[in-house]
Amino acid sequence: MDFLTIVQVLDSTIRLSTPLLLACLAGLFSERAGIFDIGLEGKMLAAAFFSAAVAAVTGSVWLGLAAGTLASLVLSALHGLASITFRGNQLISGVAINFLASGITVLIAQDWFSQGGRTPSLMGGARFEGLEFPFAIGPSDAEAAGSTVSQLIADAGPVQQVYSELLSGHSVLVYLAFLAVPASWWVLYRTRFGLRLRAVGENPAAVDTAGVSVVGLRFAAVAICGVLCGIAGAYLATALQAGFVKEMTAGRGYIALAALIFAKWRPWHAMFACVLFGFLQAIALRYQAVRLGDFTIPVQVMDALPYILVVVILAGLVGKATPPRAGGEPYVKER
Amino acid sequence: MDVMPKWAEVVLVPLISLLLAAILSALVILGIGEDPVAAVTLMVDGALGSTYGWGYTLYYATNFMFTGLAVAVAFHARLFNIGGEGQAMLGGLGVAIACLYVPWPHWSLALIAATISAGIFGAAWAALPAWLQAKRGSHIVITTIMFNFIAAAVLNYMLVTAMRPEGAMDPATERFAPAMHLPTLHELLAPLGIEFSKAAPANISLLVALAACVLVWVLIWRTRLGYEIRAYGHSENGARYAGISPVRITMIAMLISGGLAGMMAINNVMGEAERLVLNATEGAGFIGIAVALMGRSHPFGVFLASILFGFLYQGGAELALWTNIPRELIVVIQALVILFTGALDNMVRLPLERLFLALRRPTTTPQGK
Amino acid sequence: MAGAEPTEQRVTAAPAIELRGISKAFGPVQANKNISIRVMPGTIHGIIGENGAGKSTLMSILYGFYKADAGDILIHGKKVDIPDSQAAIAAGIGMVFQHFKLVENFTVLENIILGAEGGGLLRPSLAKARRSLLELERDYGLNVDPDSVIEEIGVGKQQRVEILKALYREADILILDEPTGVLTPAEADQLFRILRRLRDEGKTVILITHKLREIMEITDSVSVMRRGEMTATVRTAETGPEELAELMVGRKVLLRVDKAPARPGKPVLEVRDLRVRDGAGVERLRGIDLEVRAGEILGIAGVAGNGQSELLEVLGGMREGAGAVSINGRALPLSGHGADGQARRADGIAHVPEDRQREGLIMAYHAWENIAFGYHRDARFCGAGGMMNHAEMRRDTEDKMARFDVRPPDPWLTAKNFSGGNQQKIVVAREIERNPDLLLIGQPTRGVDIGAIEFIHQQIVALRDAGKAILLVSVELDEIFSLSDRIAVMFDGQIMGERLPAETDETELGLLMAGMSGEAA
Repeated sequence: MDFLTIVQVLDSTIRLSTPLLLACLAGLFSERAGIFDIGLEGKMLAAAFFSAAVAAVTGSVWLGLAAGTLASLVLSALHGLASITFRGNQLISGVAINFLASGITVLIAQDWFSQGGRTPSLMGGARFEGLEFPFAIGPSDAEAAGSTVSQLIADAGPVQQVYSELLSGHSVLVYLAFLAVPASWWVLYRTRFGLRLRAVGENPAAVDTAGVSVVGLRFAAVAICGVLCGIAGAYLATALQAGFVKEMTAGRGYIALAALIFAKWRPWHAMFACVLFGFLQAIALRYQAVRLGDFTIPVQVMDALPYILVVVILAGLVGKATPPRAGGEPYVKER
Repeated sequence: MDVMPKWAEVVLVPLISLLLAAILSALVILGIGEDPVAAVTLMVDGALGSTYGWGYTLYYATNFMFTGLAVAVAFHARLFNIGGEGQAMLGGLGVAIACLYVPWPHWSLALIAATISAGIFGAAWAALPAWLQAKRGSHIVITTIMFNFIAAAVLNYMLVTAMRPEGAMDPATERFAPAMHLPTLHELLAPLGIEFSKAAPANISLLVALAACVLVWVLIWRTRLGYEIRAYGHSENGARYAGISPVRITMIAMLISGGLAGMMAINNVMGEAERLVLNATEGAGFIGIAVALMGRSHPFGVFLASILFGFLYQGGAELALWTNIPRELIVVIQALVILFTGALDNMVRLPLERLFLALRRPTTTPQGK
Repeated sequence: MAGAEPTEQRVTAAPAIELRGISKAFGPVQANKNISIRVMPGTIHGIIGENGAGKSTLMSILYGFYKADAGDILIHGKKVDIPDSQAAIAAGIGMVFQHFKLVENFTVLENIILGAEGGGLLRPSLAKARRSLLELERDYGLNVDPDSVIEEIGVGKQQRVEILKALYREADILILDEPTGVLTPAEADQLFRILRRLRDEGKTVILITHKLREIMEITDSVSVMRRGEMTATVRTAETGPEELAELMVGRKVLLRVDKAPARPGKPVLEVRDLRVRDGAGVERLRGIDLEVRAGEILGIAGVAGNGQSELLEVLGGMREGAGAVSINGRALPLSGHGADGQARRADGIAHVPEDRQREGLIMAYHAWENIAFGYHRDARFCGAGGMMNHAEMRRDTEDKMARFDVRPPDPWLTAKNFSGGNQQKIVVAREIERNPDLLLIGQPTRGVDIGAIEFIHQQIVALRDAGKAILLVSVELDEIFSLSDRIAVMFDGQIMGERLPAETDETELGLLMAGMSGEAA
């Protein structure tokens, strides 16, 4: 494996980690406030569809992003209604939201585009382009040199390879996702809102008796979760890929949840966990058939690898993960 | 005091939830520019208007009885088994192995063997998540979902590489031998002089499913194991106090659950396709969740909810065939049913409780809490 | 400040709190009926009543948790509306709940500012709060390290944090709900010193309790509640415990249990060097040695959380331990096979657990299902093929309900629909009727009305007189004194000492409960 290959795999890792990271941080806010959310998957899927659909219709990826975020927020509100207002079972609500998103996206896609449940391919301004750093090799250089970007990068030195391939050229949402990590940390540990949010996930009665609204805080957390899931979904359909296809989240919401548990609900650890899962996906994507001597590992094993590793990590590596103490339990005032 | 009479609890609450889900579904149909009334008419016609329609409705209902019972049994132990889909896929593998590699002389023997094999495969697929939950506290919801994805990969490998006959193009096993053919409702009812559609796939598995409903009822409400499963589901501390092992109950409940989900394969694999194809389960494992919630985890409720979803499924297929409404409509309805009967239960229940309280108040006397 | 004089001139001032005709119903249950009360500023006012008398409901109304169906609240003579806790805080009311409302993994300082941060960013808020906190601690003699984490400090200190929380919010009316339940007698004395100091500084204190002794010791005046009604308000100096008890219950009560001297026989339970670790690896029992003989009651006294629960649980097969435990000379396994609740029952041990709602009963089960709980494998309830014998279960339930006077005597009622006392009677009936060699019984009368307390106490004594061994765990010293033939005191997972009830007193036990050995006292 040469240096460029490693850089390329890492580059792919970053791209694939991004939706996981956004969803994981989304889950972090929700679960830190005591609301379990297995509906990350559904919210991402709905956001993916509506962002792609609106971007396809309007030609503006930013309108798409807004629409995707809105769709995700609507589902968040539903989750909040069920689990905060009506104190329902949070797991069941999440499952319902996942199915709802799974069905409604195809239903509307078929109604709007009649392309078998997908959106048209996104082109130009309907898609997030890579952000090119100064002095990085990009499409303009390729045009000037009459060559391709990948050829130019292959010919460049290792520093330029890392700079142009790994660091530069990602969509703005990628940088946003990684900036969201310190931002989340700051909000959680350095602001009044963060203090209250963490408190409401540990002991809502403490927050309530201190005269702060448990319901308000939890809805705020669920809304932040919705926004982040919305961005994650929009990234999937308008940056990572060029359009929506049925079930395109492919379990990423659940993998993000596993990463969250692995990270023990802490932002920086969440980033490392998501990069790890992103790396696994990148490997699985790049090496579809791995040969070990005479034996070829079947492609299905590589496909299943991220899911298998989720189970392995949940089973063995997590150790004792203590979730927020009030997690999953609706808050009922007691005498 | 219980605020509501039992009949309201058991009948009224689910019915209102269902009504709400139906209203929203109608709005969805309106939203995509179709006529809900016409759609319902078409669904009723297509699913219940002929023995052909009934044959399909009952065929789907058979699937849902198995998967609904699977979810229900786990629910009684307060375990959320979302892995019914994967367990049913593996059950299919169990049926295929039993039917392909043993030359059974008669379908009845084959059915017994296939049922056992499907149950074992399904249970085996539930065993690891169950063990991880019981011993390591790994969240069973996430692990069973992961096992669904892994099951899809396993099936894909088996059908593309290992079990695909030489020269065949599509990823599927060979057709089972004719001796394995299960009697359809047409064949079963003909001797009784009842005319039933020849083309419909409903088969003798329906009777196995009904028997499973009865057996699960006996298990949960009449046996010691059921007593222990329910006790554990209500209170883990209580279970430890009474000497009921949480590990043992978690394992047993999940093995039974996985086994029931796996047994679905005698219907769709052995009874209908008569070979194992990719995506044979068609989401029935997930519908089990809606069925169990609607049926309040009671076998009779599961039976009724299965028939309802069988109707929806067949009706939905008819819609997809004759209108521009895709089959995913059923997924939306399923989601709404889970939402209203499961997560938004209190939204329906609280106003009703208030209503019953208001009706009762004049006759009750105050008492200590 | 010179001694507060609760005299004539104060009476003319407006009351710190006045309630007029407060009523509140939960569904068909009338929790508060037309309650009126006046509490003068700078006094300590007690509210006493049995479990379920409506004390907590009343205070929850004052703190904005519930809205009263009718009635007015006046603070310093001004009518106020308290729709939520924020409004209560604004009105100058601070509340110290029975179960502390603290975030366990936050520091003291973080808990104190929660909800009263004073700004969007934490650092300046924390710095400001640290200064005011140190002032408060100095003014009222409440020492707590602002940076210690709540779960790492003792309950006494946690309670001070709760008081500081209220003072930080400038409360001048402090309500404490059963504040001594988790404290050693010495800690309770400290708390009372703090409360007196608060009163002397002009604060008004309301103390809710069911302990007559506390009322007599610290309050200036006292109100008695019974079945949702305020039955009397009197000056403490003008009443006595007997009168208050009668007002609470509505009839004369025996404050002591009648029992003959014990005639202990051979040892039934022998425990040597028993050790238990919790899930986090912390040793909760650190080498327990004890012995219970046939025909005697060994009472384990101690403040909650010093290993009594773990002792009952390991003996009852609910958790694993190490050491040597034998019953009638037979060794009991403490881990692995044969160490569960089923095996213990087969060994002749019955167990009335500390928490009947989470352990002793399945709240969603009918009474007749609960009557077999733990004994559901007995041949009598479970026939061949693992089928339950429902008819026998129901017959047995009717029988036990009649003999233990469970009300209502309806086997089809679910456990959650019985009152606390009747739930406890179901558990006690189930365990005692098994005729065990050893009865483990934890907090037998927690949350139980006085009528049922007398009945349950009689049953325990009757079992002793039938020659059975009884291990009693209770945090109520009165209960320990009135039932036990011998008293062992637990502190921090160890037995601090054993005493005979006749040869000891509350002071000595209190010192043992605080971890001081008898000799040093």
